Amino acid sequence: MEVRLSSPLGKETSMLRVGDLVFLTGEVVTARDLAHSRMLEFLSRGRKLPVELKGGVLYHCGPLVRREGRGWRVLSAGPTTSLRMDPLLPSLLPRLGVRAVVGKGGVGERTKKVMRRMGCVYLAFPGGCGALAARAVEEVKEVHWLDLGPPEAMWVLGVRGFGPLVVAVDSRGGDLYERARRAEGIRG
Amino acid sequence: MGEVTQGEVEEACLELLRRASTRLPQDVKAALRRALRSERDPIAKINLRAVLENVEVAEREGLPLCQDTGLPIFYFRLRPLPGLDPAAAAARAVRRATREGILRPNTVHPLSRRNPGDNLGRGMPLVRFLPPDGEGMEITVMLKGAGAENVSRTSVLSPGEGEKGLREFVVRTVLEAGGKPCPPVVVGVGVGGTVETSMELAKLALLRPLPKRHPEAPFRRLEGELEREINRRGCGPMGLGGRTTCLGVKVEYAHTHTASLPVSVNLQCWAARRASVRVKGGRWEWK
Repeated sequence: MEVRLSSPLGKETSMLRVGDLVFLTGEVVTARDLAHSRMLEFLSRGRKLPVELKGGVLYHCGPLVRREGRGWRVLSAGPTTSLRMDPLLPSLLPRLGVRAVVGKGGVGERTKKVMRRMGCVYLAFPGGCGALAARAVEEVKEVHWLDLGPPEAMWVLGVRGFGPLVVAVDSRGGDLYERARRAEGIRG
Repeated sequence: MGEVTQGEVEEACLELLRRASTRLPQDVKAALRRALRSERDPIAKINLRAVLENVEVAEREGLPLCQDTGLPIFYFRLRPLPGLDPAAAAARAVRRATREGILRPNTVHPLSRRNPGDNLGRGMPLVRFLPPDGEGMEITVMLKGAGAENVSRTSVLSPGEGEKGLREFVVRTVLEAGGKPCPPVVVGVGVGGTVETSMELAKLALLRPLPKRHPEAPFRRLEGELEREINRRGCGPMGLGGRTTCLGVKVEYAHTHTASLPVSVNLQCWAARRASVRVKGGRWEWK
């Protein structure tokens, strides 16, 4: 099934099933290794995060950007491997209240369990397709934590028709990566 | 050859970085199109179509194919020339390419993770000198992303494990990597030498164009069989299932110690970004 969604997201994410195709319009927030650690550090000290992620979309991505005038242009912005951030996701996701994580490669068992409880889904954007992703970015709304370096900073991006996003982990425990690995077992 | 200047080498390195970052080599494009034709799984097709569309958009608009422009590796084949410092030319080209937005500032200090912002730093950029072949000079640039580099592996097998052990190690490395290295991947395999030469060979193997097989029969056979075995196992594009987990397997070897069998697997994402130029008699031939 092909679905067009707008963020902020609500209950509609719990209706999605693995194999569904999503095109997203609205806002996504990028974060990778260092931003995840810092978010968790902020939250455990009771500090407020610079972005609101309730109902939001967390995008595992370190975009390639260029300064243009007083703003920024996103040149290439495909996903990064989610499993690097996976150990922090079980404690981070519920506190952020995100409804969708976009990345590549999938997430581990503990994260899946938490996502299931939250009605949150994992959406896989085709790895390496940075130019395609950049085309869906309409504006750079904000950037935070640039001291971490541009790839590790948190970019708030306005996107239109961002996809194809394949629902790879749904909130019922379906997991396409797991299915592919099981197939290996049978054929091997 | 005396006619090549420092400035020209720098410009050539910059142009190679631009080409490698924004255009995919013809042989890789052809292999991806073939992969799309062979897939039956709808999700595998969606991913491969997106990949091919991405390649088109990047080329048309001069944008980096992937935001992870990797660590640039320069391979020089040349005889030493007085007054020519290829490593310095490469470094200047990297700084300029980063400023242009051709390369993402990826290089950080390994412990503090501080990012100097220009892709330079201790040991950077990576420059390798290869023995010259024929006349003139050849410069090749490879942009090696971290997704595929992070899941590359070395193992020192005991000689008794032999070719069977080697095959198992290669297949296991690719399957355990799953979707992380952005399959369909190119699998570089280095066999023999010492621990570090095996990985160098595995990486060098990635420079060989996809249709080109190993010249020696046992390795040619090994490449073909590993390819079929890996693609039979269902991991598929992006690890989401399908028939194409690899676009090719390339093996390079060296003789080794009688007591050891080092094997390395260097994985390359589908965005196998490489570009070359050969300078001969004042002419620059871009490949």
